[in-house]
Formats: sequence, structure tokens, C-alpha cells
Amino acid sequence: MRTFPAEESAALGGPAWLSTRRAAAFERLGGISQPTDEAEVWRYSPIGRLDLDAHRPVAAPGHGAALDDALALADEFGAGPRAIIHNGRIALLERRGLPETVVFAPASSLETEPSGFGEVVGRDDFFVALNDSFIPDAITLDIPARVTLDEPVVIVHWCDGGTGDGPAPTTLLRSLTRVGEDAEARVIEVIAGPADAGSGLVVPVGEMVVGDRGRLSYVMVQDLSHDTWHLARLGATVGRDGTLKSFTAGLGGAYDRCRVDAAAVGQGSSTELTTVYLGSGDQIHDVRTLQDHVAGKTTSDLLCKGAVAERSRSIYTGLIRVRNGAARSDAMQTNHNLVLDASAHADSVPNLDIEENDVRCSHASSVGPVDEDQRYYLESRGISPDRAERLIVLGFFDDIVERSPVPSAAGPLRRRIGQRLAGLLGRGGESDG
Amino acid sequence: MTATGTLKVSGLHAEAGGAEILHGVDLEVAAGEVHVVMGPNGSGKSTLAHALMGRPGPTVTAGSITIDGTELAGLPSWRRARAGLYLALQHPIEVPGVRLAAVLTEALRETAGDADRVATSLDAEADAIGFDRRFLDRALNVDLSGGERKRNEILQMGVLRPRFAVLDEIDSGLDIDALRSVARRIELATSEWGLGVLAVTHFRRLLQELRADRVHVMVGGRIVAEGGPELADELDTSGYGAYSA
Repeated sequence: MRTFPAEESAALGGPAWLSTRRAAAFERLGGISQPTDEAEVWRYSPIGRLDLDAHRPVAAPGHGAALDDALALADEFGAGPRAIIHNGRIALLERRGLPETVVFAPASSLETEPSGFGEVVGRDDFFVALNDSFIPDAITLDIPARVTLDEPVVIVHWCDGGTGDGPAPTTLLRSLTRVGEDAEARVIEVIAGPADAGSGLVVPVGEMVVGDRGRLSYVMVQDLSHDTWHLARLGATVGRDGTLKSFTAGLGGAYDRCRVDAAAVGQGSSTELTTVYLGSGDQIHDVRTLQDHVAGKTTSDLLCKGAVAERSRSIYTGLIRVRNGAARSDAMQTNHNLVLDASAHADSVPNLDIEENDVRCSHASSVGPVDEDQRYYLESRGISPDRAERLIVLGFFDDIVERSPVPSAAGPLRRRIGQRLAGLLGRGGESDG
Repeated sequence: MTATGTLKVSGLHAEAGGAEILHGVDLEVAAGEVHVVMGPNGSGKSTLAHALMGRPGPTVTAGSITIDGTELAGLPSWRRARAGLYLALQHPIEVPGVRLAAVLTEALRETAGDADRVATSLDAEADAIGFDRRFLDRALNVDLSGGERKRNEILQMGVLRPRFAVLDEIDSGLDIDALRSVARRIELATSEWGLGVLAVTHFRRLLQELRADRVHVMVGGRIVAEGGPELADELDTSGYGAYSA
């Protein structure tokens, strides 16, 4: 860890609580070993290849042209309140009609530590500790009880990424969203950077706390360069009769990992987790989910769909845990993988851990090429094999993208996926004789 | 409009799963005609339908399938479709995320048809057979009942306007009103653009609604009797047993 020294953490500044928090985390970090793929939660992953000595915390940027790119992204996803975060520092924040009682602010501007900070994702994860130690700042959104936000809040994290010289930059991102009792919000986080960025590491940690009867719709889109590692950790707790709808999309990244833990802690609460990924080249997409039923009569529904092309691969592992006391819970988990090339590969590993009797759990998973019957059906209408495959694969993604709990994210996602697929499908050309 | 042309099946042998199912089938359907192939379960009717369209599975081992002399037997199904053949599937397939209009636009674009008329044509065809217009925006066959899927097959046929349509058990899953409107649409197509129809079924019910020019009885992978619609009445009293070997 010589490239992540204590002095660098201390030099990040900010209010006293934040500095103290970083220092404590740095102490903690020293006692946690960097994970290897021997740990169950990192199985199948290339995490053993990560050499942190070849990385260092990213420098504070000058906010130049990158800001324009980030603003264009924000515009694409919504016209409401937005924050642009550049290399982990808040570069711009516009409230655009947010009710005054809503806190939408950099953590560094708060006099005291916001409630719940760090409590959702816990303290034992190495990369959370790294994030805690070196975050320049965090974006916090706190919606008080009974307030409903009209427009989605768009947060764009722009990461400059590597230039190829010296240690690869490591960007630590942090967000905390609290939705109060009977309050409602929609949030989109976009994690992106220059498409040609060299090797780098981006470590986002996002925490969501949904109060009793609160409703949060959350979308996270990762569209970093294909040389960047992305190790994301999202955690949520949902109070009594509250609802979380989360949608995550993994498009970019060399190794793109997204772990989402959603805990239904209040009776009658529900979580809906949707995930999509698209791999090409040598990408690895790695999705880990936890549907944690803590209280009774809770429901969770997970749908994860992805496609791997060329030499890319994907890993999906998901756990449904129904704890003692979570009787009459209902959990579903579905993972579908399209394997578009012979050299691509997908692993799908569902798991159940049930401590209660009176529960309903179901899971389904599939891994394979485009369905022969579907292809035949379209071909029987006079559509050539290349075109039929293209329609089916686009449909496979459309089917999940249209489930985005924040509708304004669906168009931008569809465009990005469509552009990627245009280059990946029908490469053999088409004979039209 | 007087269309001409013939779908001709000669000496068709096909096997599936290592066993021969069709032992030499001969049929000839002229433009504008309606032919019905009746037979008990397991007589090879569905194999015939799929062998004509070229579904992977049944393998044609001998014989020929032509439209106006152009051989289709060795062609992939999309080329048969472009030659003017259509199959309404017995079990239409769900294709998540792929909208009906997208499929038909693509199909017409590739067959040099008029892709621009898909939207208006879809509405008209839906109304003609009582297919709820709201379903037009759905992904192909997703969340549709068995009957709606069958109507959807006829709706697609109406938009694509093939020269010859093979209808595999189009009557199953349709209630009597739906079957009646579907039958009217098919009959209208025979005069509207000279559609030739080969409908495969094991229920006589279809013949009570659909005016047939010829009826063929298929048993054990062979056509064992042919005649006018009155043949169905004979079947009603004697059953298929009379034709067993």
C-alpha cells in the first residue's frame, strides 16, 4: 500500500468529522488483507491480478473540457437537479427546483457526519475501507418525510482515468441517499469517463436508506473505458412497507464488478433489483447480488440479463437470504445470459439460504446462444439470419431496459446498447441473393 | 385480381429423430385455392407444415417443394418466405422485447415490400379479426393468450401478403367467433391477392367455417384420400379408422 500513504489521505482535507473518519478507516484498512479469488464472494473474478502498488489516488483535476462532457451526459439523463463530480470532487451542483427541505450537498459542506454514512455497507470490506480512507468527498441526498421529488436527480461521476504514465489513477466515489418516511425520489448515477482512458481503477460505494413507506427508484449506469477497472459496492436498507427499485447497467470497464446488497429490514418492504450487462473484447462483467429478507412479509424480485460477445465473459452470483423471523417472504431471482460468440463465456450461480419455513423462493437461470426457435420464427417471416439475430438480441436488451424504474434512463441506455451491438452483430455481412 | 401460380409438393419424404414420418406426399395448391389436410394426431401433419417451411428438425430426404417451378426444398426458411411461402405456427413463439411492427417492417424491407404501410396495415388487419390494437405494441406473443397468438399469426399473414400460406392447426385455441373472423380473413385473402392456402387440422370444425376447395386426408404420413368438402362429412361418420393400413 505504499502508493496509498496516510499522508495522502490526511491531505484530502474537509471538515473535521470527515478527516477523522478517513484516518480511522485508514487504520482499519491496514488490518484487512486485499481479497483474492479464493474468497467465495470473489470466486471466478480476476481480483488476484489487481496490483495496487501500480495504482495511486487520482489527483484533483482542473475542471476543463471534461466538465462539458459530463454536463452533456447529465442533460441526456434528465433535466432536473444534478451534480457533476469530477475525479471524486463535486464540480457543480444545481438544485433546479428541489424543495428547500431536501439536502443535496457535498459531504464536505456538512458540519456533522450525515446519519447512516457507512452504516449500510459496513466496515469489513477491503475496498469500502479503501474508499473510506481516500474519498475526496461524497454526494449526499436526504429527502425528508412525506416529500416527493418531481424530477429525477442526476449525478454524473466523471473519471479522467489513466494516461499510461506512472501509477494508474484510482478514483473513489461515494454517495449516500436517504429517503424519509413516506417520501419518494428517483436518482440516476452515471459513472463515465473518456472512452480512450488508459488503465485506471474506479471504486464507487453507494448507500441507500429508505424509510418506512418510502419509495426510491435508483439507476446506476457504468460506461467507463474498456481499460478501466470498476469495483462498485451498492447497499440498501428498506423500512416498513418501503420500496426500493434498483437498476444497474454495466457497459464499460475491463473488469466491471457491481455488488448490490438490498436488505428488506422493515415488515412488508420490497426490493426490486434489475441488472443488465453487455460484454465485448476482453471485458469481464461480474454481478453479485444479495436479496436479504430480514423482516416478515417482505418481497424481493431480481432480474439480471446480459450478453457476452467476442472473448468477454460474465459472472452472475446471487444469494437469496431469508433470515429467521422473515416468515411469509417471497423472493424471486432470474438470470439470463446470451452467449454471442464461441469464445465468450458466462457463469451463473444462484444460491439460497433459507432460515424460515413459510416462504416462497424461486430462481431460474439460462446460459446459451440465441434461441433457435425464436430465430426460426423470425426467419420464417423472410428475415435473414443476421437480421433475425440482431432483432432478437436487441429485443433481449429492450425487454430489460424498458424496466428501468427511472424512465428517462431508458433512452440513453438503449442508444448505448444499440451502438455497441451494431458493431458486434452481423459482422459476417449479409448475402442478399 | 386474378393471381396465378402453384405450390406443388411431389413425393415428399421427411424424417425426424431417425424415423421416416412422411412417406411420399403429393399436393398441388393453385393461387386462390383453399386446401385442407385432415388427419389424426401423429399422422405427420405438423411435420409436413414444418418440412414445407424448412424448420430445423424434420429432414427432407426426398421429393420436391416448388412455387411456380422454383425449388424450395434445399433452401433455408427465410429464402422460402421470400419466395412467397408463409407458415402460421401451431405454437407461435414468444420473442421478448421484439415488437410485432419491428418484425414486419424488417420482413417487408428485406422482401422489397412496402415497409411504410406496416402501421396502417397492422391496424386494419387487427380490426378485421378482432385483435386488440393494444396488443400491437407488445413484444411478439409475450403475454398473449393462446387464441390471441393464433390471431396474431393471421394478422402477420395479412400484412405480409404471402403467395401461399400453410396454416398449422390454426383453429386450435380459437373460440367460434374468433375462428369465424379468421376464416373470413383467409377467404378474403384468396380473392384479394390470390392467396393459396394449405390448412392442416385434425378438427372438422375448421371446415364448418372455412370454405375449402379440396380436402386431403392424411394418415401415417401419406395422403390416403382426396375430395371436396363432403369428404369431411364422410370422416365424421366413419372416422380415420377406415383409412388405416
